[in-house]
Amino acid sequence: MSSKRFTKDHEWIDVEGDIGTVGISDYAQHALGDVVFVEVPEAGREIAKGAEAAVVESVKAASEVYSPVSGTVTAGNAAIVDQPGLVNEAAEGAAWFFKLKLANPAELNDLMDQAAYDAYLKTLE
Amino acid sequence: MSEPMTISGNRALLIEEKLIFELDNPGSVAIDLPEPAPFDLERLGDAPRRGRVALPDLSEPQVVRHYTRLSQKNYGIDSGFYPLGSCTMKHNPRLSEKVARLPGLADLHPLQPQKTVQGALEVIDSLAHWLKELTGMPAVAMSPAAGAHGEWCGLMAIRSAHEDKGESHRRRVLVPESAHGTNPASAAMCGYSVDPIPALENGRVDVAALKAKLGPDVAALMLTNPNTCGLFETEIIEIAAAVHGAGAYFYCDGANFNAIVGRVKIADLGIDTMHINLHKTFATPHGGGGPGAGPTVLSAALAPYAPVPYVVHGAGGLEMVEGKRAGAKPFGRVKGFHGQFGVFIRALAYIMSMGSDGLRQASSDAVLNANYLLASLKDDLSASFDGPCMHEALFDDRFLKDTGVTTLDFAKAMIDEGYHPMTMYFPLVVHGALLMEPTETESKDTLDQFIAVVRGLAAKAKAGAAEDFKAAPRLTPRRRLDETLAARSPVLRWKPAAE
Repeated sequence: MSSKRFTKDHEWIDVEGDIGTVGISDYAQHALGDVVFVEVPEAGREIAKGAEAAVVESVKAASEVYSPVSGTVTAGNAAIVDQPGLVNEAAEGAAWFFKLKLANPAELNDLMDQAAYDAYLKTLE
Repeated sequence: MSEPMTISGNRALLIEEKLIFELDNPGSVAIDLPEPAPFDLERLGDAPRRGRVALPDLSEPQVVRHYTRLSQKNYGIDSGFYPLGSCTMKHNPRLSEKVARLPGLADLHPLQPQKTVQGALEVIDSLAHWLKELTGMPAVAMSPAAGAHGEWCGLMAIRSAHEDKGESHRRRVLVPESAHGTNPASAAMCGYSVDPIPALENGRVDVAALKAKLGPDVAALMLTNPNTCGLFETEIIEIAAAVHGAGAYFYCDGANFNAIVGRVKIADLGIDTMHINLHKTFATPHGGGGPGAGPTVLSAALAPYAPVPYVVHGAGGLEMVEGKRAGAKPFGRVKGFHGQFGVFIRALAYIMSMGSDGLRQASSDAVLNANYLLASLKDDLSASFDGPCMHEALFDDRFLKDTGVTTLDFAKAMIDEGYHPMTMYFPLVVHGALLMEPTETESKDTLDQFIAVVRGLAAKAKAGAAEDFKAAPRLTPRRRLDETLAARSPVLRWKPAAE
């Protein structure tokens, strides 16, 4: 059972202790098409829930990645900056965008679990 | 399909052209210059050249052939139909070109004394008058060099107005999701943060969501009307009132002005500033044929902040104001000299040859042509919104569902058919967008031929010819280019193999 939680904007967050790992969903990478550019936040940046945290650009479009929760960034994933194509290969795994220390874990309750997200995706078809 | 191979690599008269650096033929020259007279290098200080200038050696016929061949590979509005949406690729009249080449205009120098260029100043002043008349606005900044530059100019005027009122805390700009990408970019260039506004099911701005986002920190709204879905923003009066009620200014992106010229005065819509793409609406060359020009009209509230220079009627004739005058608070200068003067001449020639009745007819015909495309193709493609549309027709990729063909494949197949593809994947508010803008300068015959081709391709896709689409384009000198690799690892500069 995945512990991931999802937003309606297709970000995911996986929390271990008080550190959350954030990325974009497999659905999102597929909709974007070949990812050609990624910008991730630097460690130390404070981000509010729903605020722009990262940028992802594909051959079709440029989009913002919004933070699912509030917190302080502890790391950005340099690997996807060097190799944006990783986002297409492993969006919900190795191609995470950033990690952050949660400011308010209760915010997780506003997010969807895997089953709810899958049901949400069905409504988009 | 087998591809016939040739010994040369050329395909008939489509020459396989090398880069000019690869054509380097050391020792070749176009012009024989005499040996320079003896010269004391000391006089150059640190400036003397230390190595060979990295330019290729070529004879004149080599240079002429190279650039002639490159020009023949280009596809432009002079080659055929160019239905690129939100771009207004209309015919560029040859009369305008002729006028722009008149020696009295073409041979001017921007630093000539003003009394010797009264005619040129009159060109700028007359064009400014027309633009003010067509928009109902009291002022226009003529010097912005293109659309995005005009956006930035309008936002700088807005920022100056807020700062002048002691409201520099207004840092947020509202931009609809269907906006041109230049809108958020221009706002960011002005130091503003960008807040997106969602669209309604009918393709128009969600006015309730817009009102909810207005607040004391909002500097401006940037709206395109008609918008990039080809739809008129019907609630624009209410939107303008709400924006002004919140103490913000209303910027309009004028990219789609061609739909409403002579029909709507944008001053009546409550707009404070709008750029006008002369290269779109007023038929001056653009794309590779540019440059463009983006004069930006300003309301009475923003007019004092207009950038220099501008033309005024003085005692001794027309004067170009370069500095500060009483009552004016120009935010600065946005362009060297006076803006794109060559474009001004063409735009004014176009406007004067059309006349006000002709301009009004042109916008009507542009809308009619777009609706002809929409009505003719709505059963074959999937129209994103119920008609009628304004100047452009928007379709999405629902008609390609389960065919294995994408919007991109469809566009590539259009190239094989001899058409420049429409705009694709924009606007972002619909899935797999195909945006077509025929403009008023295309005949019914041209549109009918195009419609027949698009219908044929749609039928082919639905009949299960996905492999053909995936292989397209098949008839071009180069096949499907690896756009992903080009974006991920761009090669921006040629280097000799040895380096």
